[in-house]
Amino acid sequence: MKKLFVVLSLLVVFSMLLSACAPQPTPAPAQPAAPAAKAPEPTKAPEPTKAPEPTKAPEPTKAPEPTKAPEPTKAPAAAPTATPVPTPRPTPPPGRVTVEFWFGLGKPLGDVLEAVVMDFNKSQDKYYVDAIYKGGYADTMNAAIAAFRAGKAPHIVQMFEVGTATMMAAKGAIKPVYELAKETGWNLDPNIYIPAVRGYYSEGDKMISMPLNSSTPIMYFNVDAFKKAGLDPAKPPQTWAEVRAAAKKLVDSGATKCGMTFEWPTWTQLENFSAIHNVPLATKANGMLGMDAELKFNSDLHVRHLQTLMDMAKEGSFKYGGRDGAATVLFPSGECGIIMASSAARARIQRESQFTWDVTYLPYYDDVPGAPINSIIGGASLWVMNSPGRTAEEFKAVAEFFKYISQPDVDARWHQETGYLPITHGGYEKTKAAGYYEKNPGTDLPYKQLTRTQPTENSLGLRLGNMPEIRVIVYEEWEKAFQGQQTAKQAMDNAVKRGNEVLRNFEKMYK
Amino acid sequence: MTAKQVRNFPVHLILIIAVIIFAFPVYLALIGSTWDAARIGRGQMPLTPGPNLIENYTNALTTARGNRIIGYPVQVFLWNSLKMALAIAIGKIVISVLSAYAIAFFRFPLRTFFFGMIFLTLMLPIEVRIAPTYKVMTDLGLINTFAGLTVPLMASATGTLLFRQFFLTIPDEYVEAAKVDGAGPLRFFWSIALPLSRTNIAALFVILFIYGWNQYLWPLLVTTSRDMETIVIGIVKMMGTGEAQTDWNLIMSSTVLALLPPVIIVILMQQWFVKGLVQTEK
Amino acid sequence: MQRRVIFNNRILPYLLLLPQLAITIVFFFWPASQAIYQSLLRQDPFGLRTSFVFLQNFQTVLSDPLYLEAIEVTAIFSASVTLFVMTLALLLALMADRQIRGARVYKTLLLWPYALAPAVAAVLWGFIFHPSIGILGKTLNGLGLNWDYQLNGTHALVLIIVASSWKQIAHNFLFFLAGLQSVPPSIVEAAMIDGANSWRLFRKILFPLISPTTFYLLTINLVFSFFDTFGVIHALTHGGPGRATTTLMYKVYMDGYVNLNLGHSAAQSVILMVIVSALVWLQFRSMEGKVHYA
Repeated sequence: MKKLFVVLSLLVVFSMLLSACAPQPTPAPAQPAAPAAKAPEPTKAPEPTKAPEPTKAPEPTKAPEPTKAPEPTKAPAAAPTATPVPTPRPTPPPGRVTVEFWFGLGKPLGDVLEAVVMDFNKSQDKYYVDAIYKGGYADTMNAAIAAFRAGKAPHIVQMFEVGTATMMAAKGAIKPVYELAKETGWNLDPNIYIPAVRGYYSEGDKMISMPLNSSTPIMYFNVDAFKKAGLDPAKPPQTWAEVRAAAKKLVDSGATKCGMTFEWPTWTQLENFSAIHNVPLATKANGMLGMDAELKFNSDLHVRHLQTLMDMAKEGSFKYGGRDGAATVLFPSGECGIIMASSAARARIQRESQFTWDVTYLPYYDDVPGAPINSIIGGASLWVMNSPGRTAEEFKAVAEFFKYISQPDVDARWHQETGYLPITHGGYEKTKAAGYYEKNPGTDLPYKQLTRTQPTENSLGLRLGNMPEIRVIVYEEWEKAFQGQQTAKQAMDNAVKRGNEVLRNFEKMYK
Repeated sequence: MTAKQVRNFPVHLILIIAVIIFAFPVYLALIGSTWDAARIGRGQMPLTPGPNLIENYTNALTTARGNRIIGYPVQVFLWNSLKMALAIAIGKIVISVLSAYAIAFFRFPLRTFFFGMIFLTLMLPIEVRIAPTYKVMTDLGLINTFAGLTVPLMASATGTLLFRQFFLTIPDEYVEAAKVDGAGPLRFFWSIALPLSRTNIAALFVILFIYGWNQYLWPLLVTTSRDMETIVIGIVKMMGTGEAQTDWNLIMSSTVLALLPPVIIVILMQQWFVKGLVQTEK
Repeated sequence: MQRRVIFNNRILPYLLLLPQLAITIVFFFWPASQAIYQSLLRQDPFGLRTSFVFLQNFQTVLSDPLYLEAIEVTAIFSASVTLFVMTLALLLALMADRQIRGARVYKTLLLWPYALAPAVAAVLWGFIFHPSIGILGKTLNGLGLNWDYQLNGTHALVLIIVASSWKQIAHNFLFFLAGLQSVPPSIVEAAMIDGANSWRLFRKILFPLISPTTFYLLTINLVFSFFDTFGVIHALTHGGPGRATTTLMYKVYMDGYVNLNLGHSAAQSVILMVIVSALVWLQFRSMEGKVHYA
């Protein structure tokens, strides 16, 4: 009798537990909803929104309701595939060598990436790439690390550029691209890739990861506001003195509430600032030559620049819009007349702004000898990960996929549909030959800025351990300076001191 | 107006102001969910309802596709939250009622030791031990699984403490009578102790349901795919970093959807909830 | 405390305890010991290289001026939230405790923010205080306050204090109300007959009688502001501007998940465990104390 009760009560417990978990396998609401999510996209719409030419057309560019307009970047995403995607994650067909690809590129640009993957899967019948969205880049990185520690790393993971040093240091966890090429018999020629893109992810001339989405900061300005303020939009400011004067005029004339702002503050105002002025951000070629690099961005020029920004903030011609991409909104909303932002922000600005705008190069200080030289990239690259039980065939599949995205056709499409830079010379030439840049003036400006000189050791890229942490440190010190809690010199010195501690910590971790 | 009414006037005033302040954010969410994104985005949202109510909610529930929001239907998030909240609430009640019964009605070696062990968990909210717990989950391969999402949140002493306190108040006569009738401990549990704790179970259910529904940090870390995400995470992710214009209309309608279930439960089960809350945490 | 009459069974109690113990060990004691172990290591994020560094992580963390800054932020934040929440909740409870019409309705309407997730509350408050589109943010700017929580540390701190408190007030209100209602009406009446005014009544009679509740709420609010406010900070300020809203808990998260420094993060977790254990121990003592009096 007693035993019966024991059994019974245990059964009750388990049935309750099970009933609690039971709803899990009911995918009913999840699955059918997904195709609905895809459905509204026009399935065949080659470049509908690129055509109208908003930047150069004189007056009639004012779209009445930008947010209501069909979304430009999404339409091309579905276009090449021609058929709607049945589910967010089609199951890999049997008999194919399948590799997992985790990415952190959000929609709508992520749509284009998925379309590229799908086309690859259609292009042959031996391999299959299973692309899975893992949240933002930081989430993707954490997920990949956790998966690696659990012995279940994905084959390919997309990682933001500032995670490069962390990935490179993880010898054993990753397989460098040049090694992958050697093992799989892929005749990889690094020279087909644009040097400023490839260099960021290479050790010497050995490619470590596969470049994918790359952008570089440029300057956008509000043509209507320029006219209103009596500035000549045909001659946009090129130097910092001119930017400051223009920003002041914009505010003083009441054309805009704020003169100038920038997104990704450290990327646009520190990392790229150092590159185009050909001054080191850190020793050892910005960390490319060794983990013992030391930060150098408290030079007179760097301090002077922060001081300029602080002065501009005081006189009201510059508004700090927050960390990372928080400031972007200030430009299309019309609040700020000038923004330094990623070249990939173009699609958004095109969609949301209700005024005419144009782009130009990043400004520089004209008394710095040699300036300006080429800028550096941001974005993300693809890393090949090791994990127990990998087969040679799986690596071959990865190599095939990399080969595929390096083709001029695929690269040109990627470049045109996302607004990211082309990763290969071929992709650029192809786009040029198709007359794309003439039809879309300004779209080749990022490429020109990136390739206007040969990269020096100050403008090849960055490879600093825990760069995301260093960025946050710079945000913190700058924000304190903008609040008037410390001088420009103190802010830069503190940031360098704290940043160096981060670097030393990182170095110790791998000793 | 009587003298009493005059005297009470300031009291009513303060309470009404408080009620308004408390309700204001939610009222705004309700209003926001009836306008289009552009109007809210330009900061021109009026304080009266707009025309886009049905459109916004349909969109949120089925596609949640805005200008920048990744189209993942809110109904998936809601469903995930519901499963998680129910699993945590039911699971925690079951395990704590059993352990409390053992501790209250039996005397056995290591009883105090075990009780102490359980009591210790009260000291460390999951937030503190989150990093190592995450590592354990990785080792167990439970990342991004439903079990990984729920079971660690069941490790808590509050339920056990509540039921133990309650079981101690069951008169000894009941137990003696049961023994005389030849009923064993499980029979007593099933037909006396459990029915008597109905109120406590209901109260605890409300509290734990809200606790589970509102979890933030743990689901953020343990879920790695969007189809596992809960509504709270989904909303916060919709806020994003500003890579594109924020779709406030979607965020607002999702927010309203997210707070409906717990609010309904609190209001409907207010009596039990109040009783349970005060008892559990005291 | 123990019942007089009990059941006798050798195996059954263990079986009943088993689920709870299993979960406690796997998800509580194992991670806690892992945290302590990890806090003694230096390890790269991928777990490829590990070295044992004894207490060096603790030494680094405790001698880090930024950690001390985070302690300061946490202290200011927690004290403000606790004070703000308890004062308002007590005031509202005193009001609602009166014999007035509609007391029940007020109670319900003041209660329901309890059901809101702190992170969702944060989204709403962030919307209200947004400098360019939020209704209050715009108003403040209109008043010439130059409201900007992305650049002004004080503004950011005020924002997260308000957002965190809102929900917690409902919770505290409930407890104060329960405490006040358990005061026998006869005592209050007696005091009234003696001619005590409202303030004297509160200070001499009511407040001492509800002091156990007050003390309990004090610990609860401190623990709440230490941990449960993570969602608010994560959603609204990301610890900035500067380090104005980086609390101890937020720093644990940043160091562990963004900066990928597992050793430092674990050491901070262990320090937090010690602090919270002390708080809960205090609460336990007071709880047991009450049981003895009762």
